Amino acid sequence: MAAEGVREIVLAGSKDRDLTKLAAYRAIGGYELLARAREMAPQALIDEFLAAGVRGRGGAGFPMGRKASFLAKGTGKPTYLTVNADESEPGTFKDREIMFRVPHRLIEGCLITAHAIESTNVFIYIRGEYLHEFEILRDALEEVHGAGLLDGVTIVLHRGAGAYICGEETGMLESLEGKRGQPRSKPPFPAVQGLYASPTLINNVETIATVPKILELGGAEYAKLGVENSAGTRVFSLSGNVVRGGNYELELGASLRSLIYDLGGGIPDGRQLKAVIPGGSSVPVLTADEVDTALDFDSMAQAGTMLGSGAVIVIDDRACMVQLGLRVAQFYMHESCGKCTPCREGTRWLVQILHAIEDGESSQDELELLLDVCDRILGKCLCPLGDAAAMPVASYVNRFREEFQRHIDEGGCPYGGASSLDHVLAPVDQHTGTPVPQEATA
Amino acid sequence: MSTFYDEVQEIRARYPEARSAILPALRLAQERHDGWLPREAFEEVADALDLTPAYCRSVASFYDMFHLEPVGRHLVEVCTNVSCALVGAQQVVEALEQELGIEPGETTADGRITLRLVECAGGCGWGTVVAVDHRYREPVRAEDVPGIVQELRNGG
Repeated sequence: MAAEGVREIVLAGSKDRDLTKLAAYRAIGGYELLARAREMAPQALIDEFLAAGVRGRGGAGFPMGRKASFLAKGTGKPTYLTVNADESEPGTFKDREIMFRVPHRLIEGCLITAHAIESTNVFIYIRGEYLHEFEILRDALEEVHGAGLLDGVTIVLHRGAGAYICGEETGMLESLEGKRGQPRSKPPFPAVQGLYASPTLINNVETIATVPKILELGGAEYAKLGVENSAGTRVFSLSGNVVRGGNYELELGASLRSLIYDLGGGIPDGRQLKAVIPGGSSVPVLTADEVDTALDFDSMAQAGTMLGSGAVIVIDDRACMVQLGLRVAQFYMHESCGKCTPCREGTRWLVQILHAIEDGESSQDELELLLDVCDRILGKCLCPLGDAAAMPVASYVNRFREEFQRHIDEGGCPYGGASSLDHVLAPVDQHTGTPVPQEATA
Repeated sequence: MSTFYDEVQEIRARYPEARSAILPALRLAQERHDGWLPREAFEEVADALDLTPAYCRSVASFYDMFHLEPVGRHLVEVCTNVSCALVGAQQVVEALEQELGIEPGETTADGRITLRLVECAGGCGWGTVVAVDHRYREPVRAEDVPGIVQELRNGG
């Protein structure tokens, strides 16, 4: 593929052959870097991560080397490495493909990182729905164990059970400790008091799967990939109204337009592009006019949005933005853990108001109320989930104000049932709870 | 066949603290109780991990994959989040409703199939994602639905 920006590091070698077996991964040099890493002093490895300038691939984009260097030393407690494989941000399915294509690259990254932070205890928290990927990783780990590559390190594969919030780092730690996955207040940060109140490094699957390549190239050389403040590659998840959805690994700074139109084959059925969500459903939307924004942290920030999880959702001109806002808000309402008020109550308010606007039962005041509720959530919650609901909804109003206004002026949806998102049922709409006994209703 | 208690002890040994084994223990209990968690299941998990049944229930109720009421022998779960919705998830849901004669959240009268809606399943570029007994089918279109339902009806 000669398309602009394609550069495979994390997924390298996995498209034309099956790399899930240990022998196949070793045939392309797998686990040689682990051997090299184990000859190195731990601090020398962290220095490579710092030089690489690699930023976390989960969504927040925090520099991985700095996070590792924050780990408390001399606490007398074990240090834990916890890998976040609880990929749940709507639009995102890259970690899943990394796990089913290159499980050994992830495991090698775990073992190198464990050596760097002097840890012998690794947990991989994989979302419960990823059964196939769990089986692949489990089999890969058995092979690694059998080949004697663990060298005293234990890697526990821990399956979640269906909760978006467990992708938030402290929610994940709570869940791993056997509790409801409700985020903790910080500080203390996980680097000081994380899993079992011990120093803990938490990284995303893609970040850890990048580690072998950082070592192979050397941090300074890796840092030359991509653009300033956005080193390396990202696996972008492309979905929605696009001909060829899928995961595409590109150098950071690549063209969003090229991802959608060249790699993705453009918008199907001759439709027009209306909007793009560039980093998972929690980030502000871009309009069709902004499709030339580059795929890197700074360019997205300048455009008023975020690179987030690298999930690019393409939306064509059939979609009603009020319905989009409603569906996004319903998701965050469903996933709100209930611990803090602005998120627990605010997400319900967003859903109610958006329902009223869509159904033509709202006044001008309620449009302002919608933005006011967003404002009362933003920056006021314990964890980023509240912001994840408020930011996109506010952006839909601000960038498609006219469409929201038409709902109010015309007393309902101007699409008149023709929107691609018309009456989509959400899990919050379905029957749950104990069925009412027959005699109670008689 | 080893007892539930013994199997949970094996899982428990992987973790520094017993309570960490609660999700795998609940999953195992659910598998042994026809896909849901009745009162006895919480008592068994509590007993195996030195917790209380109420605590086990409070944890289970937080997670979408634990069922607190009976489910059918087969679970059909449709993702209706944004990416799948943009490519026709609602049409898939409607086809399933029609084919099964039930609404999302319900189970067919013969106890065979439960239909559920789920949040983003992580197959966005290959939507609509439908998970049949936790195995992903991607992509599923409305016209694929009769075949899937027939397969489950034939399969027991």
